[in-house]
Amino acid sequence: MTVSREQAPSKHRLDVARIRKDFPILSRKVNGVPLVYLDNAATSQKPRSVIQSLVDYYEGYNSNVHRGVHTLSMEATNAMEEARAKVAAFVNAESPDCIIWTRNTTEAINVVAKGWAMQHVKAGDEIVTTGMEHHSNLVPWQQVARERGAKLRFLPVAADGSLDLSEVDSIISARTRLLTVVQMSNSLGTINPVKELAARARAVGATVLVDGAQSVPHMPVDVQDIDCDFLAFSGHKMLGPTGIGALYARHEVLEQMEPMLVGGEMVLEVTYEDATWNDLPMRFEAGTPNIADAIGLGAAIDYLQALGMDQIRGHEIELTRYALDAFKELEEVDVYGPPDPQARGGVVPFHSASVHAHDVGTVLDRRGVAVRTGHHCTMPLMRTLGVAATARASFYIYNTVEEVDVLVDAMKEALRYFSDGAR
Amino acid sequence: MSIYDLDDLYQDVVLDHSRRPRNFRKVEDADRTQEAYNPLCGDQLKLYVVFDGDVISDIAFEGTGCAISKASASMMTESVKGKSIEKAQEIFESFRAMITMDEDVDIDRDELGDLGILEGVSAYPTRIKCATLSWHAMHAALADDEGTVSTEAS
Repeated sequence: MTVSREQAPSKHRLDVARIRKDFPILSRKVNGVPLVYLDNAATSQKPRSVIQSLVDYYEGYNSNVHRGVHTLSMEATNAMEEARAKVAAFVNAESPDCIIWTRNTTEAINVVAKGWAMQHVKAGDEIVTTGMEHHSNLVPWQQVARERGAKLRFLPVAADGSLDLSEVDSIISARTRLLTVVQMSNSLGTINPVKELAARARAVGATVLVDGAQSVPHMPVDVQDIDCDFLAFSGHKMLGPTGIGALYARHEVLEQMEPMLVGGEMVLEVTYEDATWNDLPMRFEAGTPNIADAIGLGAAIDYLQALGMDQIRGHEIELTRYALDAFKELEEVDVYGPPDPQARGGVVPFHSASVHAHDVGTVLDRRGVAVRTGHHCTMPLMRTLGVAATARASFYIYNTVEEVDVLVDAMKEALRYFSDGAR
Repeated sequence: MSIYDLDDLYQDVVLDHSRRPRNFRKVEDADRTQEAYNPLCGDQLKLYVVFDGDVISDIAFEGTGCAISKASASMMTESVKGKSIEKAQEIFESFRAMITMDEDVDIDRDELGDLGILEGVSAYPTRIKCATLSWHAMHAALADDEGTVSTEAS
C-alpha cells in the first residue's frame, strides 16, 4: 500500500501507515524482528486513544456509577451511559436501554440462555444452530436442550465452508423456538446470510440470536436490518479493552427475561423479605459494572467510526484476496473457507499435511508472526473438516500486504524445514 | 535472520522420530490402554502397554500430534520398553523434571540418555505440554488410573 503520511484520510481507503502509528504495540519486536500481528480474530490490539480513556477515567473521575450525588459519580455515570449510547448506535439498536454490559460474547449468550431460554423453551421445542458455531454458541444450548427437553438441530456446513441451506425449510420449522447463528465464522471466515435466516425464523414464530463476535468488529452490522432479537459481541476484538462486551436485546424480549445475577444495582425496592427489579437495562447488571472498560469500548467505537466500517470491510477484503492468492502458490497447503473474499471476513485458516499447526505456529513466531493455532474453539467443525488443528491468520485495520508476504514466506520456510531430508 | 535457531528445539533426532515414529501402531489385547488429550491443540493419543510380570514387554501409540509430541512419544516408548514399572516411573520423573526445569528433583542424566535431546523444549513454554502428553499417558497407564489424561487437568 503506497499512501503518503501527509495525505488526508481517503473516503475509500484506509491510511494504514497512519493507523499503525496509533497502536503503540505495533512498534515492538518479537524474537528480534518486527511483530506481525495476525491473530485479530482472537483479540485485536488497542489504539492509544482507548488506552488513554482508561487512564483518564482512573486518574480523573474514578468513582461508582448510578449512586451518590457527588461530581465524580455523576461524571462516571455520564461517561458510561454515553458509551452505552455509542454501542447502541454502532449496531443501530432502537435505544441504549437495549444494550446490556457483559464481560464478553460468551457471557452475553449465557444471559440469553439462562434469562430467556430457560423460561421460554419448552419440551419438544427445537433450537436451530449451525455446524460452524464457536463453543460459546453451542455449549449453552446443549445445556438448555438437556434441561428443558428440547432438541438441538444443525444447519450443516458445505464443502466450501458456506452453510448448506438445502434442507433449511425442514430444519427451521414450526417446532423451532430459537434460531442462534454466527454471523462470521471464527474458524472459516464464512459470512452467513443472517438476515435471510432471521426472516425464515420469524415466519415460524421463532426468536433469533446472532453471534456477532467476529462480525461486529469488522463490518457494518444493523440489528434492525437483520431483524434479530439478540446480538452478542465482545469489546476486545474491536479495539476495546478485555472484560467488556455487550448483549443487544429487543425491548419487548428484554421485558420477558429474568436476570441471571441478582443483588445490588439491579433492584428498585428491597425489603427484608422481597425485592422488585430495577428498570432496563440495569435489571441485568447486578453489582458494580465494568465502568472503565465500558468507557474504553466507547473510545474504540469512536476510533472505528472515524475510519468507517465500510472502509474497514473493504480493506480486509483486499488483504484476504491477496492472502488467498498468495497461498495458492503453496501446493502443499490447504486453505479453508469460501474462495470468494466477498463471502468471508479477514480470516484465513490454513493447514498442511506435512507440518502440524503447532509446529507452524512456533516457526512463524520466530519470524515475529503471531497466528492462532489449534481448533479455534470449534471442535465439532474441525472434526467435519477432518483436521485436528489449523493455523489461522486474521486481519484488521492495521495489517498490510507486506505482512501477508512475511506470513507466506515464513510458511514456505516451515514447509522446507519439515520436509523430509531437507537438512 | 534465519529460522535455523530453531535447531535447538527441532534437533535432527527429533525430526527423525517425528517423521518415522517408532512403535507407532495399535496393539490388540494390550494389558492397558490409555487415552490422552491436549485440548489446546486438539491432539489425541492412545497408548498401549503389555506387561510380562513387572516388566513392560511392549508399548506402542497411535494418534495425531505435532513434531514435538510425536517425537517425544516415540522416544518415550523406546526408553521404557523392556524396563520394570518402577524404573519406567523413575524415568518419567526425571524426564518431567528436565522439561519443566524442576530444580527439586535430582535428574538422572545417564538414565535419560538420548531423551536429553528434548531438553531444548524447556525454552519454549508453549510447547512443553506437547512433549509431556505421552509421558503423562504412560505414567497413568502404569498407575492404572481411570479416565482420560488431559494436559489441562491437575
